[in-house]
Amino acid sequence: MNVPRPSEGMSLIVRTVCGWVKGFILLYGIYIILYGHLTPGGGFSGGVIAAAAFVLILLAEGARSAEATFSRQAAASGDCLGVLAFLALALLGLLLAGTFFANFWTTDPAARFTLLSSGMIPFCNMGIGLKVCCSLYLVAVVLSGIRQLRFPQDTKGEPR
Amino acid sequence: MIYALCFILILIGLYGVLTRRNTVKIIISLLVIEYGVHLFLVLQGYRRDGVPPIIEPGGEEALWLQRSVDPLPQALVLTSIVIGLGVLALMVALSIRLYERFGTFDIREMRKLRG
Amino acid sequence: MSETIVVLISLMIIGALVAIETPRLLYSIISVGAVGFLLSIVFLFLSAPDLAITQMAVEVITLVLLLQCTGGLASEQVSDQGSLFSRAATGTILLVLALFGASMLADFPEFGRPVIDRFADTPSGIYLREGLQQTGAANIVTAVLLDFRAYDTLGEATVLFCAVMGALSVLRRQGRRQSEGSDQEGEEVT
Repeated sequence: MNVPRPSEGMSLIVRTVCGWVKGFILLYGIYIILYGHLTPGGGFSGGVIAAAAFVLILLAEGARSAEATFSRQAAASGDCLGVLAFLALALLGLLLAGTFFANFWTTDPAARFTLLSSGMIPFCNMGIGLKVCCSLYLVAVVLSGIRQLRFPQDTKGEPR
Repeated sequence: MIYALCFILILIGLYGVLTRRNTVKIIISLLVIEYGVHLFLVLQGYRRDGVPPIIEPGGEEALWLQRSVDPLPQALVLTSIVIGLGVLALMVALSIRLYERFGTFDIREMRKLRG
Repeated sequence: MSETIVVLISLMIIGALVAIETPRLLYSIISVGAVGFLLSIVFLFLSAPDLAITQMAVEVITLVLLLQCTGGLASEQVSDQGSLFSRAATGTILLVLALFGASMLADFPEFGRPVIDRFADTPSGIYLREGLQQTGAANIVTAVLLDFRAYDTLGEATVLFCAVMGALSVLRRQGRRQSEGSDQEGEEVT
């Protein structure tokens, strides 16, 4: 059972296909996040798809290349930034419209079914998407680092 | 009928949690329970010959209102799916730590080694 | 329509049984992946495209995490022979729950008639009727998630944050202790 190590990356074929595909997956995730209020999708699904793009880089090209693309520190800051952006929008609702999470941006009925038609919902989606994407990528990258430490060869670890 | 099948799925997951000795198997059984509960909640909101709760630009809104499925269970399950993924990450991390400590995934062995 | 859903859920049950009963971890993980993808198809038939997309993407990450957890030991086998007492206790618990479920089954609403059909003024009905006017979002699920019930989403973000933080801190202490003196970078992630 020879499962390839993420630290080394996979074969040339997988790397090449990953190089073609990763940008499109990321773009699809961003599209799902941005158009979440008009078509199926939203911050959650788009964030998970964007995280899948980075996890693909992690698996195909190895942890080192993935961290060069998107470092742990950047992922951790993006994680916090997403939640803080969501909270900041909620607080803006409190300040401008008097209620926590109020949709303060008045919507114009004529502009329906366009990107900026629904007040703060697209911005909330962006915050949630950033948060989900960064936190899932962070977990995957930390887990891959741990596995590299745990299984130097394929021996069963002795109890420590 | 469909509710009964859904309940059977949850019971299978519970059986796995109660009888398996391997931590990874227990995580998998919890995943099965989670799937069953999500499926049950979404089944509650289904309307026969329903359409998704998304308004199309040129669509007939009154007709859509009579056919659309219930959006509330879907919204709640959407959050639950992502929370499930986060909790799965936590369980996997704990399982790795236990493997690190005891050198096995078997919970009986862990109990013995604890001494 | 309803028959398709019954067939798909039966396949899910078979997949779950295989995942729990097979002795090898790799087969088990792949079977549970099959159950998750079938669930995504069921969501599509239940007209929940948001959930189908999310479940599909989440399932991929789930498989990656589980395979990373087992690492090269995916073929390790653990025997599952319990004692007579534990097997009897398990059987009793499952039997009681099955009887409970069977008695509840008669009280469930008929499949295909949601609560918005049976009562006039439910929250879901109000969301459906006034969602577009009040929020401007054509996707009512997003409108519920980020406008009507945004507190829910805030709580979800908190739970996800705590779970990920817990996972990272569980893994971090060990990483730091082992990478003492090596060129492994410290994991100051939080």
